[in-house]
Amino acid sequence: MRPILMKGHERPLTFLKYNRDGDLLFSCAKDHTPTVWFADNGERLGTYRGHNGAVWCCDVSRDSMRLITGSADQTAKLWNVQTGAQLFSFNFDSPARAVDFSVGDKLAVITTDPFMELPSAIHVKRISGDPTEQTGESVLIIKGPQGRINRAVWGPLNKTIISGGEDAVVRIWDSETGKLLKESDKEIGHKKTITSLSKSADGSHFLTGSLDRSAKLWDTRSLTLIKTYVTERPVNAVAMSPLLDHVVLGGGQDASAVTTTDHRAGKFEAKFFDKILQEEIGGVKGHFGPINALAFNPDGRSFSSGGEDGYVRLHHFDSDYFNIKI
Amino acid sequence: MALDKTGLAPNKVRWGELDEDDGEDLDFLLPPRQVIGPDENKIKKVIEYKFNDDGNKVKITTTTRVRKLASSQLSKRAVERRSWPKFGDAVHEDVGARLTMVSTEEILLERPRAPGTKAEESKVAGDSLAQLGKGGAVLMVCRTCGKKGDHWTSRCPYKDLAQPTETFVDKPPASEAAPGAGGATKGAYVPPSLRPGAERPGGSEMRRRNEENSVRVTNLSEDTREPDLLELFRTFGPVSRVYVAIDQKTGMSRGFGFVNFVNKEDAERAINKLNGYGYDNLILRVEWATPRAN
Repeated sequence: MRPILMKGHERPLTFLKYNRDGDLLFSCAKDHTPTVWFADNGERLGTYRGHNGAVWCCDVSRDSMRLITGSADQTAKLWNVQTGAQLFSFNFDSPARAVDFSVGDKLAVITTDPFMELPSAIHVKRISGDPTEQTGESVLIIKGPQGRINRAVWGPLNKTIISGGEDAVVRIWDSETGKLLKESDKEIGHKKTITSLSKSADGSHFLTGSLDRSAKLWDTRSLTLIKTYVTERPVNAVAMSPLLDHVVLGGGQDASAVTTTDHRAGKFEAKFFDKILQEEIGGVKGHFGPINALAFNPDGRSFSSGGEDGYVRLHHFDSDYFNIKI
Repeated sequence: MALDKTGLAPNKVRWGELDEDDGEDLDFLLPPRQVIGPDENKIKKVIEYKFNDDGNKVKITTTTRVRKLASSQLSKRAVERRSWPKFGDAVHEDVGARLTMVSTEEILLERPRAPGTKAEESKVAGDSLAQLGKGGAVLMVCRTCGKKGDHWTSRCPYKDLAQPTETFVDKPPASEAAPGAGGATKGAYVPPSLRPGAERPGGSEMRRRNEENSVRVTNLSEDTREPDLLELFRTFGPVSRVYVAIDQKTGMSRGFGFVNFVNKEDAERAINKLNGYGYDNLILRVEWATPRAN
């Protein structure tokens, strides 16, 4: 395959997200402008200008009309996907990290970093259909975990919120009461910061990637550990194929160590694993820095990766990918 | 979309020349352009007729393989989005900005091992650390029973049978001490020289074997692995060891290796034959590993 290289960002990529139809790809980077691309040919459709800090995460509504972004400028913003106009800004007292729309797009979960003696928190906001009626009030604020919460996503039927972060523990919270329902066992769970979390297409299980050089597959309801994928570098990004039983792990050595070692030793490939056999299928090379973001097109026929090098690489699979046998 | 264009014209016609023909107003004399396909093999044929420089009629058949880069059934909404006007920084995009480029490099899903090979082999090839630890001994030759490629010496099923004879003949005291030590640290690593049954002569023999009939192969391509080298040198005679130097940091080949032959004559023949041999787009240099006295 010949990947399409998209060089719209001037700083390392942080997050990638496809819309539900799989025709748009949203990219967030440490520069301040999230960007939307056509996912088939990589053409830039537009940028969302207004943030004043690194953008860490984004999510797009099911109808592809709203975009929410979380940024280090202590805001999370709602955007009109089509025009790039800012609809609303949620202001916080600390940098916003993860954002996720609930099923139905009526609610959004936003996590904030620990900052100036403020602990990290998970905020649930109501998203009104009419942007003029939008308010910044939190429906629920969950506090408790130590350190950053790098990802928070909604569980089945919006009943739970799943979070993971610097304390390496995966937690499931009740989204109504904010009560902690389950947390991953210290023994079997991750040993270092959880950097990424990605739900399966049907939401029945999810994958977490960690700096402890592994990714783990969990059951969404019972939080039982299903599989572990071990690799030789810190995992910054994970994605699951909606089509095949494949998982992709992206990572690489620390960005600070990149210039001091041979680039071939960096292991900047996106590694494909068989989801069930936990066996490595292959690697896709190309980035000049660690991979920070991975996303699968909802049709499972292409995936994109975003690197510390500022590039988004969009890969349309060759037909032989679909016939890979281990 | 067009991947490979092959002009199958009887006379070689370049597109540059074709343009010049347009000036002559004889085109109406030619049969019309014909397009056949794409058929089930995604082969499309375009038949055109032109006049060449000498005024001769030339039939040009262009065979093209059509490949869809991305097949997708777009929803109505997605089609609508396709026509959305650009916004933000994308509105006034420089033509020369080239934000989106197709990689010039063909990227493949690199398999950790060739499809179809056994899992056991994959461990050998994939785990560079294990490879280093083994000192490049890819050929499994059991020192106890002499079987090749079946098991390691330590795993020899005939080990128990072979031991007593050797120990009794050579060094009875050692055989008494060693089993005791072996019993205390069962499963722990015991150097081959300390193992019951392995005598000092065996160790020195091994060292000698490494030196004897050793051929150094340099200017190897990066992709060359030990099995490849074995494949290449096996034709000259029995090979006892193949080793390709691997960079510890990168796990890549450093471009040289060693091959040990059982017979010196075979090694000599290999050197004569393969020195200067083109292998994987590089020219091999094959020589004796150690400077020979004779």
